[in-house]
Amino acid sequence: MADFLKMVHEVGVGFFGPLLWSLVWVVIKVVLLLAPVLFIVTYITLAERKVIGAMQVRPGPNRVGFFGVLQPLADAVKLIFKETILPIKADKGLFILAPLLTLVPALLSWAVVPFSPELVLANINIGVLYLLAISSLGAYGIIMAGWSSNSRYAFLGAMRSVAQMVSYEVSMGFTLIPVILITGSLNLVDVVEHQKTWWNVIPLAPMFFIYFISVVAETNRTPFDLPEAEPELVAGFFTEYSAMSAGLFLMGEYANIVLVSFLGALVFLGGWLPPVSILGFIPGLVWLGLKAGFLMFVFLWIRATFPRYRYDQLMRLGWKVFLPLSLFWIFLTGLVLQLTQGVRGG
Amino acid sequence: MTVADIIFYLFATLAVLAALGVVGSRNPVHSVLFLVLTFFSTAGLFVLIGAEFLAAVLVMVYMGAVAILFLFVVMMLDVDFARLRRESVRYLPLGLTVGFVMFVELGFMVAHHHWDKAVSGLDTVNNTLAIGQVLYTRYLYPFEVASLILLVALIGAVALTHRERKRVHRQDIAKQLARTKEDAVELRKVASGEGA
Repeated sequence: MADFLKMVHEVGVGFFGPLLWSLVWVVIKVVLLLAPVLFIVTYITLAERKVIGAMQVRPGPNRVGFFGVLQPLADAVKLIFKETILPIKADKGLFILAPLLTLVPALLSWAVVPFSPELVLANINIGVLYLLAISSLGAYGIIMAGWSSNSRYAFLGAMRSVAQMVSYEVSMGFTLIPVILITGSLNLVDVVEHQKTWWNVIPLAPMFFIYFISVVAETNRTPFDLPEAEPELVAGFFTEYSAMSAGLFLMGEYANIVLVSFLGALVFLGGWLPPVSILGFIPGLVWLGLKAGFLMFVFLWIRATFPRYRYDQLMRLGWKVFLPLSLFWIFLTGLVLQLTQGVRGG
Repeated sequence: MTVADIIFYLFATLAVLAALGVVGSRNPVHSVLFLVLTFFSTAGLFVLIGAEFLAAVLVMVYMGAVAILFLFVVMMLDVDFARLRRESVRYLPLGLTVGFVMFVELGFMVAHHHWDKAVSGLDTVNNTLAIGQVLYTRYLYPFEVASLILLVALIGAVALTHRERKRVHRQDIAKQLARTKEDAVELRKVASGEGA
């Protein structure tokens, strides 16, 4: 592998020159990272329909390809060839930019997600902060979509959605702070390696549950899918979108689901570490995939199980239940760390 | 010219152009969005000088929270954009004065500050740790005072806008959750045709 990489580098430098090659090499790495991510994003839509179908005792899509495996491709082709409608009174520039601004942050975040101690695009010291910062940008796509559509339903949907995302980002961020306290680092590789003795979910079980419920709310999924509550708001912030521009919003939503599942697996469930060391012969990538896959399954499971929340209940849950609880847990973690191992970091 | 140089000029140009957009946009919503772009390019510049913690906090706090609230307010306001533009000339002298004062202050800082002696003994690569160590030891009191001021502002805003309204129906969540089938539903047998 190392020999192969060296050879690729030599050929690349010879062909492009050192400056251009360093750029081309980054692009190659990004493509290698994003291709599997987009593949998962495409196929989680099929998984969703299959899982919900199974839970409702019906087969789900099974016409296109074997057991419906080509269904996502058929959907994509359909979305691409449909007409994209631009409302006359829309703010054209923002209207077109908005779906891109929801999808791009969801993909940007993958830069710091490690798949094994070595397999990470950018192993930066502020990994967790970077993720929180980038994920807070997702709200702009939504608010721009709602405003530029120049439609009441879209506007109300965007207002709701952004208020919801901002609220739940707070509790999601606070659930990660005890983890950072325990690890003493914001680097995601360190966070995982620090879970060798026990996974963070054991001392921080309540935080894990709050994290998961918060990310369900932040990705606007059932039972918190109020932004697009179809009986009241048609389709929420993307009411006016059609064809692939609506498809991009959906892709952004699914990319976020995949991202927060991976993040949950890394931060709370030990990432690529096996549950018991005897099972260490199975590659770490498989463990990470299994854990993240399980969390993604829970997303779908929740959608098939729970009815939608009321908006005031949602806000109460975020601000009056999760926020105090996670704040309390931060203090508790700090206290326990102080009593057991003294002050960190000198 | 290295890659870092190219990226610097990219972000710097973007920051300046976006800042011009903030002032020059016809529509206040566009202004706020340009402001967001300015923040973003500034965060990029912070990353380039190795202050990645500041960059992340800038994005998280200013773009993720402050500018979103700005947008909410600007979008909700019912303003006549054309009149707003015509009257904006009236504020030009004031704006220029404030800008000039800030520019002088900035020049003063650059001329008289000893950058190399600003904070010594921090030859660590992890600037999150470095900021934490300085902020919670040497600058503990200013930091605490700043947080107190923010807290006072927060409580003040609530106290100024909150008013007790009588005869408003409020939900008591505990009461709602305590309801059972027995005290909420009454089942009656009604003979056919005798209901209503």
